[in-house]
Amino acid sequence: MAEVLVHVDHVDGAVRKTTAELLTIARRYGEPSAVYLGKGYDSAREALARFGAAKVYLVEAPELDQYLVSPHAEALAQVARATQPAAVLIASNPEGREIAARLAVKLDSGLITDAVDVAEGFVTTQSVFAGNYTVQARVTKGTPVITVKANSVAPEPVQTTPVEERFDVAFPDTALQARVVERANRERTGRPDLSEAAIVVSGGRGTGGDFGPVEQLADALGAAVGASRAAVDSGWYPHAYQVGQTGKTVSPQLYVACGISGAIQHKAGMQTSKTVVAVNKDAEAPIFAMVDFGVVGDLRSVLPQAAEEIARRKG
Amino acid sequence: MRIVVLVKHVPDATADRTFDPADNTTDRAGVDGLLCELDEYAIEEALKLAEDRDADVTVLTMGPEQASDALRKALQMGAHDGVHLLDSALHGSDAPATSLVIARALERIGSYDLVLTGMASTDGGMSVVPAMLAERLGLPHIGFVGELSLADGTVRGRRDGDSASETIEAALPAVVSVTDQINEPRYPSFKGIMAAKKKPVETWSLADLGVEPAQVGLSAAWSAVESFTERPARGQGEVVTDDGDAGRRLADFLAQRKFV
Ligand SMILES: Cc1cc2nc3c(=O)[nH]c(=O)nc-3n(C[C@H](O)[C@H](O)[C@H](O)COP(=O)(O)OP(=O)(O)OC[C@H]3O[C@@H](n4cnc5c(N)ncnc54)[C@H](O)[C@@H]3O)c2cc1C
Ligand SMILES: Nc1ncnc2c1ncn2[C@@H]1O[C@H](COP(=O)(O)O)[C@@H](O)[C@H]1O
Repeated sequence: MAEVLVHVDHVDGAVRKTTAELLTIARRYGEPSAVYLGKGYDSAREALARFGAAKVYLVEAPELDQYLVSPHAEALAQVARATQPAAVLIASNPEGREIAARLAVKLDSGLITDAVDVAEGFVTTQSVFAGNYTVQARVTKGTPVITVKANSVAPEPVQTTPVEERFDVAFPDTALQARVVERANRERTGRPDLSEAAIVVSGGRGTGGDFGPVEQLADALGAAVGASRAAVDSGWYPHAYQVGQTGKTVSPQLYVACGISGAIQHKAGMQTSKTVVAVNKDAEAPIFAMVDFGVVGDLRSVLPQAAEEIARRKG
Repeated sequence: MRIVVLVKHVPDATADRTFDPADNTTDRAGVDGLLCELDEYAIEEALKLAEDRDADVTVLTMGPEQASDALRKALQMGAHDGVHLLDSALHGSDAPATSLVIARALERIGSYDLVLTGMASTDGGMSVVPAMLAERLGLPHIGFVGELSLADGTVRGRRDGDSASETIEAALPAVVSVTDQINEPRYPSFKGIMAAKKKPVETWSLADLGVEPAQVGLSAAWSAVESFTERPARGQGEVVTDDGDAGRRLADFLAQRKFV
């Protein structure tokens, strides 16, 4: 069976949930091989073994942290040339898409981004035009390079003892041009990661700047917190939490929009959520057209009451 | 110095965008098009950089006849000249082909220092053309930049990624894609609209670029849309008006759906 390469998405060895999802997809259609780039493998080993990586290709060059994107694409290309995989799977985040873009050019291969599912023959499903259409597509040239969105499949644990293979990569000068001169890792909030969370509770302009009720409901549900661009532009919540066309696209099991009107650019980031709930004091707000459950009311009273009731039920 | 801004003409996102059932490509005829709003940030940034130094701003688009509207808007905002890559063989080109054609066009322009792009086109929205372009030209690329400065032949950008905020430096020439955090795009002024009428726009065909028709377009695409289906509109669920216990009713709903 041919190998399917999975680019491991991690922060200094902390493997993100999407990688487990990609390994799950890879295992359906081939031999799942993880490609681990950068430092911190010792902390990642266990997570990769738990989600069924049969092999791990390990590249530990310092250039991977010193320069942006390019060395990752170069390392991945060299592993791909050596292994001739059936496909390469990469997480669909900004960096993943850029790695995929360069990799596709290097391998002379077709590329599909933002898949929400991958079927036999690497036929992908994508959700396009703000979620109004579902598209089936396939790479027709070279090695399919596919970026897959978080929460596309449920990760299935399978314990393995991966074969580890160190890979030496010589980087051409063109891969070492965009130099990282400063890096500030984002502070952990203790809440789940926005793009991976099963539940997201978002606040908009209707919070009036107080995200307290939004965070209270999020914590009652064990959810991540998101924000509309209006809330971010007002300085009420950091940009990293923006949901929408120019923020994160999320597809959680449950999305709760609080004090958010439902502009098309916001919907573009959450339309594939399985269940949508909105709390808004304006019954005419466009967001209500897409809800499974909606409350016309003031979020400042509705959210705390819901949070308390949830806490009571949980006991 | 010369700054080239890549602008795309896209179907209006507020209209009912769809596909052409004949060949599964984006329908660019049935829906009004406009300058991709995310590219306005790249134009604005180029204009601001040009104001502070002696620089020309060239806007470049690849697209059908009506894509010249996107160039015109950019010229009205203040760009100096335009290039339209126009050829019937380009219909259905995917990102690898688009980046190939734009790379050849940049080589033809020759003396450029900075290529600015939007963070994504609002139709395809792959955010891959800038990185592909940089790969083809052997240039550095800084993507998703929310703050940008130029000094001594070096570009410096702040990139707010998923897990970190990074400052990146690269020597010019470089490709930089900018986000909507970077500035507030200007509206064309009356003066700008009048002035744009006299600004030069060149139209280049594939032959001008030395690209074979067989390298681009739908038949050469490296990926293919096999089918598309309109997603059933989300039916509206129950909407209740709060009369004092809607929070509890919301909790009931969430419990029913097993979220609690
Ligand atoms: C290029 C571009 C990119 C963009 N990208 C994004 C993006 O990525 N993400 C994004 O979100 N937006 C984006 N936008 C902005 C988008 O168009 C909207 O302006 C934005 O989503 C509005 O945010 P909002 O719903 O919080 O605010 P508003 O539209 O002002 O809605 C606020 C809502 O809160 C309700 N409300 C007020 N008070 C209360 C209360 N006490 N209780 C309950 N409800 C209350 C109101 O009834 C109203 O419906 C983008 C725009 C552009 C031009
Ligand atoms: N056909 C095109 N003509 C000009 N610029 C383009 C074209 N396609 C993409 N671009 C540029 O590349 C950016 C990213 O596009 P995309 O990779 O399609 O999301 C856009 O914001 C544009 O700046």
